[in-house]
Order: sequence, then C-alpha cells, then structure tokens
Amino acid sequence: MPSKGKIEIDAELCKSCGYCLQHCPQHCIQLASRYNLKGYYPAQFTGGECTGCAICGLVCPETAIEVWRD
Amino acid sequence: MKKVFSRPRYLKPVANHYCPGCGHSIVHRLICEVVEEMKMGERVVSVAPAGCAVLAYFYFDFDTVEAAHGRGAAVATGIKRSLPEALVFTYQGDGDLAAIGTAETIHAASRGERISVIFINNGIYGMTGGQMAPTTLLGMKASTAPEGRSERREGFPLDISHLLAEIPGSAYIVRTAVNSPKGIRQTKKAIREAFQCQLDDEGFSLVEVLAMCPTNWKLDPVQACAFIDEKMAQYFKPGVLVDRRKKSKPGPEE
Amino acid sequence: MSEKFLMNGNHALAEAAIRAGCRFYFGYPITPQNEVPEYMAENLPKVGGVFVQAESEIASISMVLGASVTGARAMTSSSSPGISLKQEGLSFLAGQELPAVVVNVMRGGPGLGNIAGSQADYHQAVRGGGHGDYKVPVLAPASVQELADLTYLAFDLADRYRNPVMVLADGMLGQMMEPVIFPEPIAKLPEKDWTLRGAKGRPGRFSRSLILDTKLMEEHNWKLQRKYQQIAKKEVRSESFMMDDAKLAVVAFGSAARIAKGAIGRVRKEGLQVGLIRPITLWPYPVQVIRAAAARVKEFLVFELNAGQMLEDVSLALQGQGELFFYGRPGGPIPTPVEVAKIIASRYYQRIRK
Repeated sequence: MPSKGKIEIDAELCKSCGYCLQHCPQHCIQLASRYNLKGYYPAQFTGGECTGCAICGLVCPETAIEVWRD
Repeated sequence: MKKVFSRPRYLKPVANHYCPGCGHSIVHRLICEVVEEMKMGERVVSVAPAGCAVLAYFYFDFDTVEAAHGRGAAVATGIKRSLPEALVFTYQGDGDLAAIGTAETIHAASRGERISVIFINNGIYGMTGGQMAPTTLLGMKASTAPEGRSERREGFPLDISHLLAEIPGSAYIVRTAVNSPKGIRQTKKAIREAFQCQLDDEGFSLVEVLAMCPTNWKLDPVQACAFIDEKMAQYFKPGVLVDRRKKSKPGPEE
Repeated sequence: MSEKFLMNGNHALAEAAIRAGCRFYFGYPITPQNEVPEYMAENLPKVGGVFVQAESEIASISMVLGASVTGARAMTSSSSPGISLKQEGLSFLAGQELPAVVVNVMRGGPGLGNIAGSQADYHQAVRGGGHGDYKVPVLAPASVQELADLTYLAFDLADRYRNPVMVLADGMLGQMMEPVIFPEPIAKLPEKDWTLRGAKGRPGRFSRSLILDTKLMEEHNWKLQRKYQQIAKKEVRSESFMMDDAKLAVVAFGSAARIAKGAIGRVRKEGLQVGLIRPITLWPYPVQVIRAAAARVKEFLVFELNAGQMLEDVSLALQGQGELFFYGRPGGPIPTPVEVAKIIASRYYQRIRK
C-alpha cells in the first residue's frame, strides 16, 4: 500500500524553476496563478496522491519544500 | 505523519541569490546534509571562492574563509596544515579551479593535501556575465566566444579532473551531475565519500559536479538539465575517475 | 641565554621567527633569500612546525592566509619579483585583518633584475603595494642583529594590530654573516578570539574582505584607517646618529644607512658636521624626527640604493623646509663608505663650508 504524504512549499523562497513539477511522480505540484513578492509564480501543492517520496525536496534548489510521510 | 525532508541544520534559513534552477544551491544543501550526517559541523572549515558562490558563507552555518580567486587550494592547505583534525573543503567554480587556480589545484593534489575540493562545473563564468570557461564545450557560445568555442581559436575544453586523476596524491576523484534526482543522490554520496577520504587520511579528494547555469546557457532550468545529459555529460563523463583509497567503504544508502 | 651565534642574515631571520612562535612557513625559492626556506625546512619540523615549499609566491601568500585565519603565526619570504606576486595576497590579508609576516630580501630590478642587494622596493612596501586603501608596517633592519630583532617584533606587531607586517631587508643583509644574540623563545602567544578553527559551541563565522554594500565598505575602510593612525602614533622607530651638532643630515635606511655611517665617520675626521637620520620603520615614517631636525639643519642628503624612492617621503616630511640632495645607486652596485664620503663632502663644501 503506498504511503500517504504531504508537502509544504515556502512560496516566498520559490523561484519557479519547475524541477519539482517535472519530477513529482504523482503530479501533485503546479505553478500558482499569483506571483510572490519576488515576481515568481511559485510551485503549489495540489493535494492529491502525494506519497511523501520527497523527490520534490531533493530537487528543489531553494530548499523551499518540507515533506511529511506516514 | 512525520517530517521526512527539511532544511539541514547547517544551511542557513535565508533566501539565496542564485538564479532559478542553479546547481549551486542544490550542492550547498547536499554539503550541509553531509556535514550534519557526519556530525562534522564543529570541525569543518570551508573555503569560499570568487565566482557566483562568493557569498557561500552567508549560507553555510560553519566556519568559512574567503580565498583570492583561484587560491582556494592554497588557503585550504594553510588551514589543514594548521588544523590537521579539521574537515577542510574548498568550493570552487570552473574558472576558480581550472583557470586561475590551475597551479594551486594541481599542486595540492601533488602534495596529497588532505583536503576535499568541491568543483562546480557549469562550463561558463556565471558571476561576471557569461564569459568562456576552460570547461566551455566546443560550439558552446559565450560572451567572449560569441561564435561558439572553436578548437582552432580557443582550444579544447580542459578536463582538469582527468589530469588530477593521474597524480598519485589524488586519492579519490569523482564526477557527478545535479540535473536529476538520481544525479543529486549520487552527488551527495560522492561528497560524503570525499569527506570520508579526508578523514581517513587517504589523500586529496575532489568531486566535480556538472551543474546547471540556465541564465548564461540561455535555457530555462528544465532545458538546462537536459543540456547536461545531452552535451556536458558527453564530454565530461560522470563516474569515478580515480580511487586510490585503501579504506574504501560502501557509500551510505540514498 | 646570551649566546652569540655567527649567522648569515637569512638564517638569523628564520631563527628569530621560530623563536617568535612562527610554526608555519610557506615559500618559494628565489635568490637572494633561499637560505630562509632552507633553514625553515630543516628547523621548523624540529619544533613541531610545518614547512611547505609552495608552487609559487602566489600560492604561498594564500597558504599564509589560511594558516593565519586559524590563529597560527605564519610567514613567507621572497625577493622583489616574488613580492610583486604576493601583492594581491597582502591586500586580502589587510582587508580581512589577518596577521602575517612577509620578508622581502630586495634585489636589483625592475623585472627579473639581478641577485644583488638593492632598496628599490621601497614604494611597493610603504605605499601598501597591492590594491586598495591599506598599509603594512615596514621594518628596515641595517644589521643581522637588527634583522633578527625586527623579525621577532614583526610577529608581535602583526598579532597586535591584525595586519600583515613586512620586514624589508636586502640581498647584502641576507647574505652577510655577523654575530647575533637571539631573544628567548616566546613563552606565551597572544589569545585570539576571532579565529576559524571549527564552530565549536558557537555559530559559524566567516573571514572575508568582500563587502558589497558601499556604506559598510566605507565604514570598514575608515576602521582600517583608524588602525593605521594608531600604528602611526605608537610604532614609529628611528635612529639618530651624530645629529646633535649636525649641519648636514644624511637620511638613509638599511644597508645604505650602514654605509653612510662609515662615510660619516670619515668626514667627521675632516671636521665636517654631518649626522644621520635612520628610519627603522619606513611605514610609519618618522616624519616628526625629520621635521624636528629641519628646525636646526638646513641641508639634507638622501642616500638610497635605488633611483629615488624614500626621497619622496623625506621631501613630504620637510614640507619645503631645508634643501634636499639625492645620491642613489639603483640596480645593485654597493658603493663603499669612501665613495659616499666623497659625495657627502662635496655637497657639504658646496652648501656649507666655503
């Protein structure tokens, strides 16, 4: 049974590089439609079937993502 | 639920100045993770370069000294000779290490200095605005090679890690890339192996990391990752270039 | 223990450094100072120190910086062209406020020059030498004994002010053998609370000279300038020789001063009232000594083994008071006291005695 997970993305640290979107196996991340204080459209957790694999955290250059898992 | 991934203790909780998708900030985090896991935070003295990572000491929460451009390996030599028990590493870009710092890097390896060099190779001079580096690929454009590097005009890219591997004082030299989850895990393992090599008194260690520079490659971050697979890694092939360690241990689990 | 040793200048300065607690020497061979790294290679390990022959003078000054930031007493030595190579490193040491001792055993120049002694790096030494607003205290010995004493002092000054300090010798001084009495090995090194030795029980700290914010950089620069003002107030050293009744003052440093003393001895026998002002610190320069002398002495003769460098500092100090005459020998030839006596006498007769 796959694990259940969740992530939190610090929108103000995100620079919209797109790595987390690209590599999330569960497609739980998209770019927000509102930009942050720096003018980037930050990555946003959509909920969904996150397994807490933490690949998003691994690839994030800004260490903007924290990951939880059951 | 328990937290399974967060900022390592030695990576300061501040925003960094690196461009979106830059390889530097990934490697900074990996270094801090390794330092924490090896419990070396109170024994590490690092050497920051000139280049995009000149402000590395704003991000590392351990002792760091700035070196003049290219002189990292010499400053590290002075530190390690004074503090043999410290974990001493330099963090250098392709210009710092393989252009102006060529002599210092080669001779630190030649002396078998017990230091670790983290060599960020993005094939371009980032901080100064995209000039050609010793590791810029043939055909790759740079502000000082506007028609693209040509063998006749600028010469071949320099594979300095290959040169260093020939030197008996080099105990462990490995090349990885941070353009994929697999590459990032391999890079972290390589950094740990290099640090352990130093602590085991084996000799000079170096990790060359192929890293993205979306801004000066004029690609978006995802394209820049692909560029590493398609071009950079074809010339600078990832893998272990030399391993003369006697006390090799298997690396940690990912 | 006042044991007297007969040693050449280069060996003596190395021994003095060891006694001052220097445990790290990084250097590169260049004549006429090769005896310094050789002495260090043999003797530093005996006291638990570390000698590294670096790949260049550029590498060695950065190695000194690395050892210095950990709190160690570290030094390098070289000669003129090699000191040129170290200028960036000196600027970095000054900007990062790190102690270090750098010895320049000057040789003929410019360019590759020759291996004879000269004094042609005065400007390079006292004007900072590298880029940016900084100074290094410059000590100019005139004998092997003084070379040992000033090298020992250099480490104290470097630590006290957190600045690189230069000992400015020349090829003659480095090679000649004279009796030396060394100070006792230092008992206790000063405490340093700013070092990088691993962040045990404290946050990480860093040492750097890059300050991008111009307001902060200006503040840092004025802080350095205040330090240099303190040094200028407290650390001036000079010798006055036969100045009480002098009508003509020779101003010379290092080996030139030594030759001048011999020359003055000769002309005094002819009744010429000549004295010598010998700066021992070239930076800070003994400006007040020169000005005080100018109240009674109207004729000044600057003698240097170069084409006229300290001449400018004497001129600045005099501020138009007194007449200035220059006798210089660049490129390495060493005039004898007889030759210099003739120059002094000739000038004296022109200006003072009819």
